[in-house]
Amino acid sequence: MKLSKTLKNGFLILVSCLILTACATKKTETTGQLQGDVYTGSDSVEYLASGVPDRVFFATNEIVLTTASRETLRKQATWLRKNSDINVVLEGHADERGTREYNLALGERRANSAKDYLMTYGISSDRISVLSYGKEKPVDSGSNPLAWSKNRRSVTVKAN
Amino acid sequence: MLFRYLLILLVLLPIKAFALIEVDITRGNLNPLPVAVSPLAIDKSSKENFKKILKKENLGSEISMIVENNLKQSGLFNPLNKDAFLQEPDIANLKPRFEDWNLIKAQALVTGKVTFVDEKLRVEFRLWDVLAGKEMMALAFTTVPSNWRRVGHIITDKVYERLTGEKGYFDTRIIYISEKGPKTNRIKKLAIMDQDGFNNKYLTLGNELVLTPRFSPTNQMVTYLSYFKNLPRVYLLDIETGMQEVVGDFPGMTFAPRFSPDGKKIIMSFAKDGNSDIYTMDLENRIVERISNHPSIDTSPSYSPDGKYITFNSDRSGYQQIYIMKSNGKNVKRISFGNGLYGTPVWSPRGDLIAFTKLHKGKFYIGVMRTDGTGERLLTENYYQEAPSWSPNGRVLIFYRETKTNAKGEGFSAKLWSIDLTGYNEKMVETETDASDPSWSSLLSN
Repeated sequence: MKLSKTLKNGFLILVSCLILTACATKKTETTGQLQGDVYTGSDSVEYLASGVPDRVFFATNEIVLTTASRETLRKQATWLRKNSDINVVLEGHADERGTREYNLALGERRANSAKDYLMTYGISSDRISVLSYGKEKPVDSGSNPLAWSKNRRSVTVKAN
Repeated sequence: MLFRYLLILLVLLPIKAFALIEVDITRGNLNPLPVAVSPLAIDKSSKENFKKILKKENLGSEISMIVENNLKQSGLFNPLNKDAFLQEPDIANLKPRFEDWNLIKAQALVTGKVTFVDEKLRVEFRLWDVLAGKEMMALAFTTVPSNWRRVGHIITDKVYERLTGEKGYFDTRIIYISEKGPKTNRIKKLAIMDQDGFNNKYLTLGNELVLTPRFSPTNQMVTYLSYFKNLPRVYLLDIETGMQEVVGDFPGMTFAPRFSPDGKKIIMSFAKDGNSDIYTMDLENRIVERISNHPSIDTSPSYSPDGKYITFNSDRSGYQQIYIMKSNGKNVKRISFGNGLYGTPVWSPRGDLIAFTKLHKGKFYIGVMRTDGTGERLLTENYYQEAPSWSPNGRVLIFYRETKTNAKGEGFSAKLWSIDLTGYNEKMVETETDASDPSWSSLLSN
């Protein structure tokens, strides 16, 4: 019992450390990062190559690609055409405001929505696999609309 | 190991159908029945033997404490403080002095005796109606000493059944997901424990993400979702042998598995090209059948106890709602029409109700409705909770609840909770770690 308690405390400290460091780098304004409820900021975005963002964001319960998402995917397609030896995994995610099983399906839909768009720009489906994590791997642990918007995403990850 | 037990139930005296004490479990019980659980009597040499084997000072008291705790947790009984008991356990088991037990306001009395016989644990117990001054039930059984906790649960089941008229749910286990670590990097393991939180065991090491374990009605198999090698697939696990295998050969993610009521099929979702539909696989002949065929998301399938119908979750209307269909996929009918989104339908083992999760105006509810969608009743409201699982007698639901984090994203936790079908007796279920996705087994003994 005691051991588990100290373990628990240990985890709490670990969590708060992670969050403190995240906050220290994040102290920008929280307004202007949402359009409707789609995330338009960049603080969790990484890059596949210079100028090629790795992820696109979705509205609540939606799988429709926004104008910004399509632009990001066109950049990814251009980059993939130039690097024909690279295959990718599209990892689809949902926010925490849904049941686990439905969110697994929703993540799969979002990733496929991105996949379909890449294919219309000439990327072969052989080079793209899809993996849904549902709500299991949030990038932001917050319980607020901004955090949820960052978590509703499809991330393009190099597979090789 | 747990299943390799020897259990001989023999009825000492026929159960008499007196209309004695009755506990009504169909409504919220605000006046739990006062019951005295006397420590089970134990003779000196038995006590020494069990102490040697089980490292328990007094096995008689230990078993009675299990019974007492179970009865208390049910919310239907109020076990009285042992300090007030006037009669010695061994004498009480022979012939209770009812006026003494009446004095402390006990209406029912449990007495008994444990003995060490041929390396085995022999238990007898009796249930007495204090007001009527009559014996209601007497049972004895023999088992291996390591089963001593189960003995406490079996006694509780018998007492519960005699007093409420319905089967108990105490000699059961819960399979669930143990969780640790920060919300953005959770380590999840498959875990199993007795219904009261004891005998906790981890079944996976936490190397891969695991989700949504569900018990087979036969109890030895579990089906769950594992991200082994980053391929989310439904697995079948034998919890006795540890053997496991992928269910079917699907070219994509399979998830949301459950067993058919006869344990012979697994029903699940298969997602391909952005479309999730419901499939079954027969565990004997390995034949895969497609049950639903619709461009929307169809998931969270659950059979009716007679196996003739399936309830499931679909967003074919534009939003998540609950549907039922025949087990061959025909006659699809939407049954949820209230405000909000509905998910995770689970058919009650009694057949008359479907439990669900509902999301409405930013709140999550656990509720029940009749199988035609009428009589919706919300049992509990919270920031986030989902995935109800029925106790085998259909009287209690176990589910999990997650907390809202603070402005800094801290303070996340996930815990198991249980609540009566009546909406009363909401309780957190203690687990060693954070926990989610509970699934209740059926009764281990019967």
